[in-house]
Amino acid sequence: MQPINCYLGVSAILFCIGLFGVMTRRNAVGILMSIELMLNAANLNLVAFSAYGPKHGLTGQVFAVFVITIAAAEAAVGLAIVVNLYMNAKHVNVDQVNLMKW
Amino acid sequence: MDSGFIITVAKMVGVAAVILTFILIVVMYPMIYGLRRVMAFMQSRIGPNRVGPQGLLQTPADALKLLHKEDIIPRGADRWIFTIAPILVFVPAYLVYVVIPFGKDLVASDLNIGIVYVSAVTSIAIIGIVMAGWASNNKWSLLGAFRAAAQLVSYEVPLVLAFCVPIVLAGTLSLQSIVIEQAGDVRNWFVFRAWGLGALAFGIYLAAGLAEANLTPFDIMEAESELVAGFNVEYSGMKFALFFLAEFAAAFTLSALAVTLFFGGWQAPFSFLAYPVFGIKVPETLTLLGRTVPFAAWTEHAVQFAWFFGKSLAMVFALIWVRATLPRVRVDQLMNLAWKVLIPIGLVNLVLAGFYVALK
Amino acid sequence: MTGQGVAFAVLAAITIISALLVVTIKNIVRSALFLALSFVGVAGLYILLNAEFLAAVQVLIYVGAITVLMLFAIMLTQQIMSAKISQTTEWFWLALPMALAMLATLIFFFAMRTYPVNPAPDALAVGTTMPLAEALLKPYLLPFELASFILLAALVGAIVIAREEKPGATD
Repeated sequence: MQPINCYLGVSAILFCIGLFGVMTRRNAVGILMSIELMLNAANLNLVAFSAYGPKHGLTGQVFAVFVITIAAAEAAVGLAIVVNLYMNAKHVNVDQVNLMKW
Repeated sequence: MDSGFIITVAKMVGVAAVILTFILIVVMYPMIYGLRRVMAFMQSRIGPNRVGPQGLLQTPADALKLLHKEDIIPRGADRWIFTIAPILVFVPAYLVYVVIPFGKDLVASDLNIGIVYVSAVTSIAIIGIVMAGWASNNKWSLLGAFRAAAQLVSYEVPLVLAFCVPIVLAGTLSLQSIVIEQAGDVRNWFVFRAWGLGALAFGIYLAAGLAEANLTPFDIMEAESELVAGFNVEYSGMKFALFFLAEFAAAFTLSALAVTLFFGGWQAPFSFLAYPVFGIKVPETLTLLGRTVPFAAWTEHAVQFAWFFGKSLAMVFALIWVRATLPRVRVDQLMNLAWKVLIPIGLVNLVLAGFYVALK
Repeated sequence: MTGQGVAFAVLAAITIISALLVVTIKNIVRSALFLALSFVGVAGLYILLNAEFLAAVQVLIYVGAITVLMLFAIMLTQQIMSAKISQTTEWFWLALPMALAMLATLIFFFAMRTYPVNPAPDALAVGTTMPLAEALLKPYLLPFELASFILLAALVGAIVIAREEKPGATD
């Protein structure tokens, strides 16, 4: 079996890919997709520690269930906002949504 | 890489290939033929009876015809997504058969999360349908795909709520354990237990399952008169055959799951009908071609499989009957039924089933 | 190279390569499909970590619902994109070193330490569904109920925000 460090490495790589996506994607839905990647990376970390952990319990998996729930709720509301943006501005480029910039 | 791992993987692939071939040839081909003949009989016409004796070779002939058709990809369509979409709809429809128990030891893999696996896998097909509608570069396909996805996602909730009642009554998620929990008589089947709550759960399962499998009265997504057959209008040849086979697999899965969850699975209704049937015993072992085979065990498994198959076919006949009888509902009536009728009833059913188990 | 090592390597490769494709592909629909593939990879990694119920829930919710939601949103917000508009913002050359620095920090300071944990995860004999359900209903009951409130708020909020305003209606 792999040591836990392998799973933590995968989780770190996934998180940084998501971070890069949030910072560079122009499409608003693309940013939300990158946020889902980051949440998945955090979940993987939690479940890895719950599996290898010194205490035999499922706290990490319970936490991961809640993270999945909140991620679903956040994706729904975020995408509703994006659709609303499109109905008002006819595009979803986050570069051009800067009316309130000083 | 140790060779044991490769042998295990090879065995799993072999078992999967056998199951898929078996289901395709033994189950699907007669079922498609049976559907056409039975529906024709209910509509006072004859149905296919020219190709082969009594029209039995009609389905292989249709399959050959579809294989010969030209594979058209519409201009402006996304080639990769257009090609992968039927695969994403076909594969999950057959992945469900991994957990369905056909007999006491005839399960491909009895996962301990059986029913959740079934829900998870059938939800992958929704992506395939949206992709198919999008990649066709056709606004009617896209609208059909949106409606289809809305229907499938909405009816997943009452379906899972209806699944929960046998889970609560049996106390386990594994399908083989649920079947074993219904051992005994007809009265032990979940559809007759819990003072009618099992029957209510079966009713909800039937309604939600009909919508998930796109059968009448909920077959808006693929009816020929609705949006020009919906999301698969641009598909021809083998890709269309994949969609078609996936739809029939979904119908048989609906029946097989209903039989497993509510009607006792591979168990006979009365104990004298299970092996040994009417007390007729067969020899324990036979020597065929120099090897001794456990003939009694094989016969027992064959009897169990025959009961499972017979019950599933009866249920498929009932579905065909419904298909020939009921009219199609409108899209808004469809969504109304899901969100305002089936989900509240399903929730109340689940709570009452919980009370029943707690008070027992 | 045990079977589980091979499985881990394959699943980790699928997950990471799909994630890279998600953030770099210009066609946003294909990007969403690779996101679904990366979710399936993560579900496979959960199975390796003996969290089989969580893996099924991950496929059911992420692949079955959230990906469909993303695809709907993408198709409803399609814009006429000319081929010249690049898909990345102007912060690309700042974001790439920052992400790599974050990656280096996370790996050297967190992923390469040795933790006081078991060398291998021990499989629960009864499976994880029952202990998970007991944990959700006994010690973690309050977050469980609050999560249902949050879902209700998200449901109502999403419907209200995405609804088209009827002209002249003042409620």
